[in-house]
Amino acid sequence: MLELSVKRRQGDFLLDLDLTAGPGVTALFGASGSGKTSAINLVAGLALPDSGRIKIDGRVLYESASGIDVAPEKRRIGYVFQEHRLFPHLSVRSNLTFGWNRVPKAERSVAFDAVVEVLGIAPLLDRRPAGLSGGEKQRVAIGRALLASPRILLMDEPLASLDAGRKAELLPFIADLARRFTIPILYVSHAMDEVLRLADTLVLMANGRAVASGPTEEILSRADLRHLTGHGEAGAVIRATVSHHIDEFGVTALGFSGGTLLTGRVELPPGASVRVRIHARDVALATDAPGRLSVRNVLAGRVLSVTATADHQVDVMLDCGGAVIWSRITALAQSQLCLEPGMNAFALLKAVTVTGGDIAGRP
Amino acid sequence: MFTLTPLEIEALHLSLLVSGWAVAASLPLGILCAWVLARLTFPGKTLLDGIIHLPLVLPPVVVGYILLVMLGRRGPVGSLLFDWFGVTLAFTWKGAAIASAVISFPLMVRAIRLSLEGVDRGLEQAARTLGCGPVRTFFTVTLPLVTPGLLTGLILGFARSLSEFGATITFVSNIPGETRTLPIALYALTQVPGGDEAAIRLCVISVMVAFAALLASEILARRVQARMKG
Repeated sequence: MLELSVKRRQGDFLLDLDLTAGPGVTALFGASGSGKTSAINLVAGLALPDSGRIKIDGRVLYESASGIDVAPEKRRIGYVFQEHRLFPHLSVRSNLTFGWNRVPKAERSVAFDAVVEVLGIAPLLDRRPAGLSGGEKQRVAIGRALLASPRILLMDEPLASLDAGRKAELLPFIADLARRFTIPILYVSHAMDEVLRLADTLVLMANGRAVASGPTEEILSRADLRHLTGHGEAGAVIRATVSHHIDEFGVTALGFSGGTLLTGRVELPPGASVRVRIHARDVALATDAPGRLSVRNVLAGRVLSVTATADHQVDVMLDCGGAVIWSRITALAQSQLCLEPGMNAFALLKAVTVTGGDIAGRP
Repeated sequence: MFTLTPLEIEALHLSLLVSGWAVAASLPLGILCAWVLARLTFPGKTLLDGIIHLPLVLPPVVVGYILLVMLGRRGPVGSLLFDWFGVTLAFTWKGAAIASAVISFPLMVRAIRLSLEGVDRGLEQAARTLGCGPVRTFFTVTLPLVTPGLLTGLILGFARSLSEFGATITFVSNIPGETRTLPIALYALTQVPGGDEAAIRLCVISVMVAFAALLASEILARRVQARMKG
């Protein structure tokens, strides 16, 4: 458990941050310049706060009041940087054992072979970093940080410098880490697909502050945070389970608390748990049950709230059997349908609008 | 076949001995100075930088004379060295090594400093997060990364030491078997009638030694580069 409460002034930027990160993956999400990287540099001890306190598992790493400032090498923090930062003069094996060798045998919490196996880097051990691809380098960097048996793993946009293919290749590894090695991960990102895929807890950052934090689904579904969670891609996030595939039509049926959701084909076995993002712009509303319609998903629900936004648009939150679905419609439609909180309504969602990038496998 | 005369062997041996000791003994201090100049900011840094570089721009005779005044048997430092340790520097090969070291020092520091400034500080930060203190980080990450700069500095210093003449002859004079290095032997031969042939032979030896040093550094530098590229 990481507890952080710090202030730091950098030029005219003020970082004023309170956050906690428990087990699993905690994502720090925000625009560039919101202070995400500064925050984890403070945790690692690579930068110093002006005041405040940093604690991990009850151990104080920094406290301005008592003058405690533990040196970076004594903090037992794993750090995966945006650019791998592998040592070019050492082989992959020596890079991996660099931190591992500094940890007393009794305190090693991860096994060398297990890390090598999970990250699939066994064939690379005798090579040098310069000969590896971007994805391979980042996997070795993750292994190197893990092998230092850290109390928490800090990851600073580890996928940002990779192309889409490499990114897709690496995401499952990272998703696996927190579970396999039971090390809390603090993951800095400004990519929503990564957050959706990885984060158990989400901390939204803006202008050096943590604006909101909580379970990822909850934070991403809050209309009042829409300006931070993304404009075009705003929408609700629900948990669902793969029910079955309809192979001849290339679609997948997902079961969730509000019924069944048909989506584009998902390459996960039936029974797999998933997180689905439903873009508010893709959801239409009807006050009466529609007749024959090409739209495959018609979800009965009750209007929770109606919020006007700029540009004559309205956000309508719908409770569909416990799952919150979010719809963006024009103010004109809202007034003509007389949509009010408490009314029954139907959310209409075309199956083709929910595709691979919106569905992420979850443990 | 090119066989060396006893006089040539003596001069060559002295040159290699003096230059070898000059670079070997000044390397640790050279690394320290380079590190201080590359990494620290403090008042008086420009002055320190100037002092380190002074031998590069001063006439070597001036350097030799200052050394003689300071380190000679009756000099303020030289007399102490003699009284306390029984060490005499003036007119010995050790003095020649010191003269060479002082003259070649700025070249060595420059090369190492340039290399240090090119080291990615991010790698040092990474080492810190992996449990290495600042000193261990320096020896396991920084120093290996500046190996090319170290090699360049060593070879430059060695080559400059081999060619050292002015400061050496002023400080330790021309004593056969003690301070008569290749350039000094060559100079002596040009001062006597009929020494041309012997002088030319010394020229050839000097060229060959210098060339061998450059070649060795090139090969080593390539090996280091190849290692880093996997």
